[in-house]
Amino acid sequence: MTRAQKRDLCRILIVGAVFAALLALEHFGILQGWVLFALYLAAYLAVGYDVLLQAGRNIAHGQVFDENFLMTVASIAAFAIGQYEEAVAVMLFYQFGELLQSVAVGRSRRSISQMMEIVPEYANLESDGKLTKVDPDEVPVGSVITVLPGERIPLDGVVVEGETLVDTAALTGESVPRSVSVGCEVISGCICGSEPIKVKTTKVYEDSTVSRILELVENAGEKKATAERFISRFARYYTPAVTAAAVLLAVLPPLAFAQPWGEWIRRACVFLVVSCPCALVISVPLGFFGGIGASSKIGVLIKGGNYLEALSKAETVAFDKTGTLTQGVFTVTEIAPNGETEASLLELAALGEGYCNHPIAASIRAAYGKALDLTQVSDYEEISGRGIRASIGGAAVLLGNRSMLLEQGIDCPPSKSFGTVVYCAKDGRFVGTITISDRIKPEAKDAIRAIKALGVSRCIMLTGDRSAAAEQVAAELKLDAFHADLLPGDKVACVERLLSEGTLLFVGDGMNDAPVLCRADVGAAMGSMGSDAAIEAADVVVMDSDLRKLAASMQIAKKTMRIVRENIVFALAVKAIILLLGALGIASMWLAVFGDVGVAMLAILNSMRALRVPRL
Amino acid sequence: MKKKFAMEELDCANCAMKMERLIEKIPGVNSVNINFMMQKITIDADDARFDEILDQAQKACESVDSGCRIVR
Repeated sequence: MTRAQKRDLCRILIVGAVFAALLALEHFGILQGWVLFALYLAAYLAVGYDVLLQAGRNIAHGQVFDENFLMTVASIAAFAIGQYEEAVAVMLFYQFGELLQSVAVGRSRRSISQMMEIVPEYANLESDGKLTKVDPDEVPVGSVITVLPGERIPLDGVVVEGETLVDTAALTGESVPRSVSVGCEVISGCICGSEPIKVKTTKVYEDSTVSRILELVENAGEKKATAERFISRFARYYTPAVTAAAVLLAVLPPLAFAQPWGEWIRRACVFLVVSCPCALVISVPLGFFGGIGASSKIGVLIKGGNYLEALSKAETVAFDKTGTLTQGVFTVTEIAPNGETEASLLELAALGEGYCNHPIAASIRAAYGKALDLTQVSDYEEISGRGIRASIGGAAVLLGNRSMLLEQGIDCPPSKSFGTVVYCAKDGRFVGTITISDRIKPEAKDAIRAIKALGVSRCIMLTGDRSAAAEQVAAELKLDAFHADLLPGDKVACVERLLSEGTLLFVGDGMNDAPVLCRADVGAAMGSMGSDAAIEAADVVVMDSDLRKLAASMQIAKKTMRIVRENIVFALAVKAIILLLGALGIASMWLAVFGDVGVAMLAILNSMRALRVPRL
Repeated sequence: MKKKFAMEELDCANCAMKMERLIEKIPGVNSVNINFMMQKITIDADDARFDEILDQAQKACESVDSGCRIVR
């Protein structure tokens, strides 16, 4: 609590105690008449003088539907009709509720800013052999900064000296630190591990990952969800409508039907007390803010309440294949020797591909992983589009597609594996195949299952890849459908068609999917740590490429929407009931105070649940 | 031009909404957004008259809640 809040609490407690004493004294008949009135009035002024002052000032500014003013009118009217206790109670509980609200809002604001505590305070710039701490804002591109162990990397850049582990948890939610060495890119906001590193900056602070993320989360409030827009429209009409009804209620029955003034003024006061839409106005945006905050905590940035809403409603999820469902890197996935050992086949292939620059050659060499003795290789020849011919340790070796071996009269059975298959022959004899393909992400299957469990009816894959490769991935992941051989234009057309069938979430790697990401109801970009293009184009950014986090943020979105709906229904229902009971003369001022302050409190507490981060 | 400022003593969400509505009506303002949670105001307004508009926005905020200030 801040000092002002503590002071308010003291005041409320003291007046509360005095008020209780007055109630008792009145009950036992010790105090009566004008003495009682004077004491109640003193208590009233002590607890509510600031509300009265504010009301006066706001009236001078023409703010008729100000809550301070409405509370003032309600309590003064209560005094006028002799309901002293109620008058004091209204002010006392109003103040108490305001205090609780400000504490609750302050607390959730703090927990959100804790989540967003990725702001580097300084950068260590080296000058004259000494380190000086400077504002990250002042560091030009191309400077070399030193990041000491435990410090936050202040700017995006490339490591030029040193080797360390960096903790990316604040940005990605990923708890396993990443190791970096000279030449690696590092992004701001991560924490440097055990060793110091020197980083050559590649961006100014304003464009660095940290400030972009902060800006994105802060601006998320600008894109409002339907529920938020409803609330601001509702708030605009609710207070004037209820106030007008209160005036009619106070004036009409006594004038038209000769009813007693006191009773109808009391009923009107009930209206005035519940005329503030605060419960909704605070709790609904707070819920969205919390949901977006919780999601950024696990490394999924959602750019606005409207996207959170769409994420919660997604009926169809369309995935890009390469880099999204698969790792996007080609690796050796199968070694099928024929009369050799796996190791010797791989070594043979690695030697044969030793001079080749093709990505397939690179992945075979990577799979072999040991240093190659290329002196054994001679008569090396690349046959474009087919393969390689070489002499290795005196043996004639052929590495290539099946037709190349068949042409040489070497009999080999067709491989059944998917991906690119390299057929190997040694001295005219088929010795086996090596398959290179893009591996499905290990977590993809779980993630798809989780997404389906959240109520998504269809998971579809869109890819520019060949049908056979797509089919295998789709089968493995149990996808509902896939569309292969798509050119970029076809993808957009495909998305257009899917859009007409319900809310569509498109998940891509953000690099070449920009038109589709924009077109879908929600576009999510995967694996884009620090990639500006992806952060720009997508509505949802999954900082590391973990698909399960997408599922988790969909779950957060659903929970947030549920909380928001609960709050809207609950607050409107309670207010409607109190208005009804108030008009019928059944509701007391006490109940009305609960309807105003109590509902707001409960709604805020409920909204704060949205801040909680689910376990992955 | 779009600029963002911190706000002080903005302590009611409904007030923030009223301020938004008032500031929107100031001539020269293209868009305005008050983020109650972050206590920040983003104003997009005419470049040439920005300071003048900001003064009016400050007045509008005060008319809703006298303690509220835009920190420049």
